[in-house]
Amino acid sequence: MIEVENLTKHFGAKFAVKDLSFTVKPGEVLGFLGPNGAGKSTTMRMITGFITPSSGDARVCGHSIIDEPFLAKQKIGYLPESAPLYNDMTVTGFLRFCADVRELKGSAKKDAVELAIETCFLQSVARQSIDTLSKGYRHRTCLAQAILHNPDVLILDEPTDGLDPNQKHEVRELIKRLGQNKTILFSTHILEEVDAACTRAVIVDRGIIVADGSPEELRKQSPTGSLHDLFRELTTHDSAHGSAA
Amino acid sequence: MKHIWTIFKRELNSYFTQPTAYAIILIFLVLSLLFNFTFGRFILAGDANLEWSFLFWHPWLYMLLAPAVGMKLWADEKRTGTIELLGTFPIPPWATILGKYLAAATVWLIALSLTFPLIITVNYLGEPDNWRIFSGYLGSYLTCCVFLAITMLVSACTRDQVVCLIVSVSICVLMVLCGYEDFIRELSKFRVDYLVEAMVSLGVWDHFRSLTRGLFRYQDMVWFASIIFACLVGTSAILSAKRA
Repeated sequence: MIEVENLTKHFGAKFAVKDLSFTVKPGEVLGFLGPNGAGKSTTMRMITGFITPSSGDARVCGHSIIDEPFLAKQKIGYLPESAPLYNDMTVTGFLRFCADVRELKGSAKKDAVELAIETCFLQSVARQSIDTLSKGYRHRTCLAQAILHNPDVLILDEPTDGLDPNQKHEVRELIKRLGQNKTILFSTHILEEVDAACTRAVIVDRGIIVADGSPEELRKQSPTGSLHDLFRELTTHDSAHGSAA
Repeated sequence: MKHIWTIFKRELNSYFTQPTAYAIILIFLVLSLLFNFTFGRFILAGDANLEWSFLFWHPWLYMLLAPAVGMKLWADEKRTGTIELLGTFPIPPWATILGKYLAAATVWLIALSLTFPLIITVNYLGEPDNWRIFSGYLGSYLTCCVFLAITMLVSACTRDQVVCLIVSVSICVLMVLCGYEDFIRELSKFRVDYLVEAMVSLGVWDHFRSLTRGLFRYQDMVWFASIIFACLVGTSAILSAKRA
């Protein structure tokens, strides 16, 4: 379970996230939508403990990321936006390192690495050096480290970014499958993914929540019944402002 | 402790799966032995304790080579974004810092250990004081560890390895030069005693030389330990400030 309470982050005078509050329950897949620069990644980085909030708190399975970061981080599997990896390692070597970090030992470690490789379809590149992998495989390797320790909470920052249509489909199916017994928060700006994988969606714009509900509820809020139109209506249009200026 | 070992293993592996460690160790061995047999006049001087012929050259080599080992420690994590993985893993920041630092220090321990044929040679050719040689090696290694700690601190400030290398080398060169006898002699002519004292204590020579002479002075150990400790604490402070 993720409980975000009045989370705020400002860099100097500029607010990246402003007084954000929401809850994601177990078995729920929350799509975190918003245009570029809306504060999605900053929010996720705060929930995962990578950056410190200016104010507010986030609780992961009851553990505050500020007061009990170690316990909270143990419950989280996180896929960062750029899917960073150690290029000098092999896929298996990297996953073994992540298993060590998660304190998995012996057969539990071996099984976890094998299962993650199988779940993310990495068998063909398992012994390959990471710096020789294509973008899709790199992304899936990073996803594999996120699910390796069977975490209660998954936080995925644009998990389908850069994948081909087949891979996108596989990742969405995986998210749906994992979402049955985990708490998942994933960000995207691809609205089709809301229908494909989410049980609920939140739209943020300039660090504030502008809509929250199930895909059906959100659709009802739009005069045309389209998520695209609702998204365009509620969020800032950088390009429109640019052309107007 | 387990987390330090996990990070240490990964870092040390990464040095040896790439050519970095091999290249630096080879360059160090070639240059240190070259200086020993040429400028150090190993054969002519008959210095079985290796103080002037061999160990004297180490700070000069470390000031250029130690930053090359340490420059990637944080700069590379920032450039590739893996710092985000490390920051979200359930590992205390101090364990990551210590694990990385110890891995870089181990590369230098290996480099220094590989000069062992020289110790066998002096024992074969003469009758050296082996405790003094050990003390000299300790002084050499601690000097290297100080330069590595400084590099790690600089590495935490930038994502560019070249910038890190240039800044770290500059600081290390300054620390080698400001305590060097010729420089201190010139500075003494200006009769600014407090400046001379400050330069001597800031520079590495006073502390390094006492160990190569076989002296285990309390103040030298404090000097080495406090600089290393301050740099590691500084690294931790910079990394947390950047995440705030």
